[in-house]
Amino acid sequence: MSSRKIIKSKYFFEEDFVESLAEVPVEKTEAWASGAELKVVGKPTQRKDGYDKVSGSAQYTFDISLPKMAFAKTLRSPHPHARILNIDVSKAKKLPGVLEIITHQNTPKIPWYFGMSFLFDTTLRFEGDEVACVAAESEHIAEQALQLIRVEYEELPFTIEAGQAMSEAAPKIHDTNILRGRPDTYERGDIEKGFAEADVVLEETFTTQTAVHNTTEPHCSVVNWDGDRLTVWDSTQGIFSVRDGIADSLGIPASHVRVIKKYMGGGFGSKLAAGKYTVMAALLAKKIGRPVKIALDRKEMNLAVGNRPDSVQKLKIGAKKDGTLTAMVHESYGASGAYPSGAACSWPFRTIYQCPNLNTIDYSVYINAGPGRPMRAPGHVQGTFGMDSIIDDMAEKIGMDPLEFRLKNYAEIDQVGNAPYTSKRLHECYQQGAAAIGWYQKRRPAGSSPGKIKKGIGMASQIWWGGGGPPAYATLKLNRDGSATVIAGTQDLGTGTYTFIAQVAAEVLEIPLDNINVILGDTGVAPYGPSSGGSTTAPSISPAVRDAAEQMKTKLISGAAAILEVPERELSYRNAVISAITDSEKKLGISDVVRQMRERVLVTTGLRNANPEGYTINSFGAQFAEVEVDIDTGKIRLLKVVAAHDVGRILNPLTSDNQFHGGIIQGIGFALMEERIMDPMTGKTLTTNLHNYKVPTVMDTPTEIEVIIVSDSDPLISNTGVKGIGEPAHIPTAAAIANAVYNAIGVRMKSLPMTPDKILHALFG
Amino acid sequence: MTIELNFTINEKKITLKTEPNRRLLDILRQELNLTGTKEGCAIGECGACTVVMNGKAVNSCLVLAPQINGAEILTVEGLEKDQRLHFLQENFLKHGAVQCGFCTPGMLMSAYALLSKNPNPTEAEVKEAIAGNLCRCTGYKQIIDAILETEGDIK
Ligand code: FES
Ligand code: FES
Repeated sequence: MSSRKIIKSKYFFEEDFVESLAEVPVEKTEAWASGAELKVVGKPTQRKDGYDKVSGSAQYTFDISLPKMAFAKTLRSPHPHARILNIDVSKAKKLPGVLEIITHQNTPKIPWYFGMSFLFDTTLRFEGDEVACVAAESEHIAEQALQLIRVEYEELPFTIEAGQAMSEAAPKIHDTNILRGRPDTYERGDIEKGFAEADVVLEETFTTQTAVHNTTEPHCSVVNWDGDRLTVWDSTQGIFSVRDGIADSLGIPASHVRVIKKYMGGGFGSKLAAGKYTVMAALLAKKIGRPVKIALDRKEMNLAVGNRPDSVQKLKIGAKKDGTLTAMVHESYGASGAYPSGAACSWPFRTIYQCPNLNTIDYSVYINAGPGRPMRAPGHVQGTFGMDSIIDDMAEKIGMDPLEFRLKNYAEIDQVGNAPYTSKRLHECYQQGAAAIGWYQKRRPAGSSPGKIKKGIGMASQIWWGGGGPPAYATLKLNRDGSATVIAGTQDLGTGTYTFIAQVAAEVLEIPLDNINVILGDTGVAPYGPSSGGSTTAPSISPAVRDAAEQMKTKLISGAAAILEVPERELSYRNAVISAITDSEKKLGISDVVRQMRERVLVTTGLRNANPEGYTINSFGAQFAEVEVDIDTGKIRLLKVVAAHDVGRILNPLTSDNQFHGGIIQGIGFALMEERIMDPMTGKTLTTNLHNYKVPTVMDTPTEIEVIIVSDSDPLISNTGVKGIGEPAHIPTAAAIANAVYNAIGVRMKSLPMTPDKILHALFG
Repeated sequence: MTIELNFTINEKKITLKTEPNRRLLDILRQELNLTGTKEGCAIGECGACTVVMNGKAVNSCLVLAPQINGAEILTVEGLEKDQRLHFLQENFLKHGAVQCGFCTPGMLMSAYALLSKNPNPTEAEVKEAIAGNLCRCTGYKQIIDAILETEGDIK
């Protein structure tokens, strides 16, 4: 086995850097060279999970049904801020078919939200906060029982807007309404000097809305106790984080909890941790001695399981006449909801454009609404909209093409970490994206498009982390017929994890893809794998899979050397056959090696290598949008979106195309229609179904989407050279559309979503 | 109160006693264990529950039990024949029209209903047919391409 060591590992995951100790191989396997002739990796490959998903046989958590299974439903606070004075469940308990009801009165005080609250708290801080949970013979009966629970509430003053919540007079949700009591700040250089050097200074405020993940499969769990051991099927992005969360909450050993997730209908950041619903179901299941299924409905999903915080961004930038940025200031606040969740959005602002003098201040503010959760590139989507809008304005002010302006302020190194990038090919994204959209041919001065239907094009830049890192493991088992199984503790959200894992193993061992089985999403059998978020799954797991396969190859060669009595270095491995270089008669298929070794299964476990020291890993991209704005109706129509990205090696173009299209379309939703709307009078959310909360349908999609990958590999990162794509695909879309709209109508839209009413208001006042 | 229903599902005749307030979706998923049909919203907005009933794509969350008496219903499980995927299903795989897959059964059934009436639809007709099917992951281009490639007699 290759030798290993423990290092300090640090990489960016969703909202912040995660630091841990991690086991890594002492030596990193040489990365496949850029342009290396690979047979399976990088080739369009149909998904391993394809049959299950088109035949209807795929079992999602939502589909799991166990004998004697009961159903649970949750009573949630109807008020944005209230205290529970009394709960009376006696009537509900008498309803035939009701099995058990839990409330704060009959459950232990299980800490929740970083110890700021409990599973059942007596102070309710948002509409949708959990009050009671009922288990019944059917979902229908459980729902009826909820209506029979009598709760006496003392309503408390509430605040649902971050700006107001920051004021002294606002009702307090916690000791202070500001997360950690202070803003996140960052500064470099001398801001005053920077503005003094500027010929043009611009100041503008941009706002973005609260958006909700609205995955197609609801948040749901099925739980089953065997004595004191708990099995949990959960629609989750992080089996290990759910396992530990549940074990801690219930006070039982982690080894007694097994979390399984095979297929799931989307996560986008909203399913990264153990949910209250899962713990409530486990408590109920224990009490009634039966398995319990709990599934949230659309209303619950829109109230209680996460959202992308809104933002108000006050930006000020200065530049010289020649286009050099001299100073940049970002000041923002956004609503975390009732419990900790970062609303900061200045990350891209700090790094993507070269600027020596820069300050950022971000306030995350508590309000009486459902807590935020990471949503596809936390902070970056809203931050990029503000930043790239004001950058466009500055380009126009000094009379430069917006693309030239961005090239002029190209940052060669990471200005925050003061380190070089492992790779940065944003240049090529700009060039190839511009060529594909016809930037230089089509672009006209803002607002100069004639007629009632105005055309425009615009662009925006993208930066994200997505390099992944250790610890991450993969176990490979080779059977004596030469077929293999790879087991990893990651999970496939639909992004293609099953498929790329098989591809990587097939590439190394040169065995047919069909002969490789992949098992994911089961804490009971898999070695540790990180949660799937931050666009880190493929960058973290694919190198571990390759490592496991390379170790297997070494093991096989070693076995063949013993059998053939030829030194290892005189053997070669090709097409799963090991032969002596000097004597081609001496050869063995890998299946013969396993058989002759008399083991039925050979096992190796591979590890993700350490990230290179002294470098920053980021992915980059540029998206270009072409739009039509009807100035009679205010409606925006997307004609074309070009996405040009530097994301290292693409493992499977078929599934990566999926992710790009999906990310762009979610970006269109954020730009044009998605918005959680709350009633300021009642503090209640009005958009609690898919009728009111608009997500894009096929009718909202552009006529054409073109995806260009400018990168072939980033060999400094890992042996596979992969960076993640889930979040990069989504980050710059809304900003690019906003800039295209400005180019079309000549009026700057400073607030998302750009609904028809806002367009008409901006045009005609 | 229970009612007796006679109907055909995936070419099989079924007789079933159930409550009249059950939705077709519940009958499929809970009584017949046909969990390929999904539930995403329960109010006719997402299309995850789409099945073909009497030749038309319907949201099974909006169909009540008595309405299916005498009906012919096709669900995603009925597309595969003789252990071979329908070429509509194969084209979904070939074009990468699937990601998480939760919308896929509904998409397939909307497409199937369209193609059985209109074997050579235009892109606009395909879009209209799946306009009520939300996909949160994949984008729609690959789905349109898969459906367009499945022209001709699909039965
Ligand atoms: S569940 Fe029927 S349309 Fe959404
Ligand atoms: S593939 Fe996930 S919703 Fe369509």
